[in-house]
Amino acid sequence: MNELSLHILDICQNSISANASLIEIKIQEIIDANTYTIEISDDGHGMNAKTLSQVSDPFFTTRTTRKVGLGISLFKMACELTGGTFSITSKETIGTSIKAIFKHDHVDRAPLGDIEETLTVLLMNEAGIDIRYVHTYNHQTYYFDSREVKQILGDVPITDYNVILWIKNNIKEGLLSIQKEEKNEVSR
Amino acid sequence: MKSLDDLKKIRDAAQRKVTMRDKQDGIRILVGMATCGISAGARPVMNKFVEEITNRDIKNVTVTPVGCIGECSIEPIVEVLEGDNRTTYCRVDEDVAQRILDEHILGGKVVKDNIIGKFRV
Ligand SMILES: Nc1ncnc2c1ncn2[C@@H]1O[C@H](COP(=O)(O)OP(=O)(O)O)[C@@H](O)[C@H]1O
Ligand code: FES
Ligand SMILES: [Mg+2]
Repeated sequence: MNELSLHILDICQNSISANASLIEIKIQEIIDANTYTIEISDDGHGMNAKTLSQVSDPFFTTRTTRKVGLGISLFKMACELTGGTFSITSKETIGTSIKAIFKHDHVDRAPLGDIEETLTVLLMNEAGIDIRYVHTYNHQTYYFDSREVKQILGDVPITDYNVILWIKNNIKEGLLSIQKEEKNEVSR
Repeated sequence: MKSLDDLKKIRDAAQRKVTMRDKQDGIRILVGMATCGISAGARPVMNKFVEEITNRDIKNVTVTPVGCIGECSIEPIVEVLEGDNRTTYCRVDEDVAQRILDEHILGGKVVKDNIIGKFRV
């Protein structure tokens, strides 16, 4: 997976499988600290201690039928390849939270890629989950919250294709504008 | 989130449309979105379907991501459901997605080059 947003999509599929109703995705880029932090939390059924200890293990060599390994270990590997740190916490019936801190300037840190596609694919899932996405770039923050969108939509489904297109544009433009605002601030 | 006024316009337009979107009658496209599907390119395939359907205003077709529906080595996998009919496509990329829409969904002819029987060993 050559985009961080593809990893995020895969990790969030786990949350949907765990019957989450809300997934929170927090990205924090702090250039001075050279960190690119991705935090994904859900309110799904969580994992017991045994499963938790197993998913943290890099056990992708045990599989021969699959060339791509398991989702969590792939994400962990991508993070650690940049000299970053990866952690996962989970509580049964409460939820799961994954935090990956990448080194921002590392050559092996994949670009974010099309996060708007990731978020809309998740929203089109029949599980009907909600997503809160908060992206901070130094001092600027953009957020997207499907609950606010649904409130405006009333009885129009969020999966309406024109709504999906609006969401994609909103995210794309929102992320561009925090980059631009940050540049303006620095040059001032 | 900015430009929420635009969203309100989209909502109002959607409410004015009196399309009866009955899932039973329509065609459903399922895109396998598990780890290997994602790695093999399932997300841009799904995106291609969504954009084509929206831009060409194709009615009664829904696209839904689903979990694992196949075999890792022949992902991305796409299934087309019409009533009791199920067609499974594999190794789908954006070009094949375009063909599935034009030839199968709109034209009524299965895209033989990518049906699963050809790839399963
Ligand atoms: N958010 C989550 N909530 C509950 N269980 C999870 C979550 N994420 C992962 N798991 C558990 O960890 C396992 C491994 O996840 P993953 O590495 O993505 O591989 P896979 O999804 O193919 O099983 C899952 O099968 C599931 O049991
Ligand atoms: S997880 Fe590999 S084909 Fe489904
Ligand atoms: Mg998984």
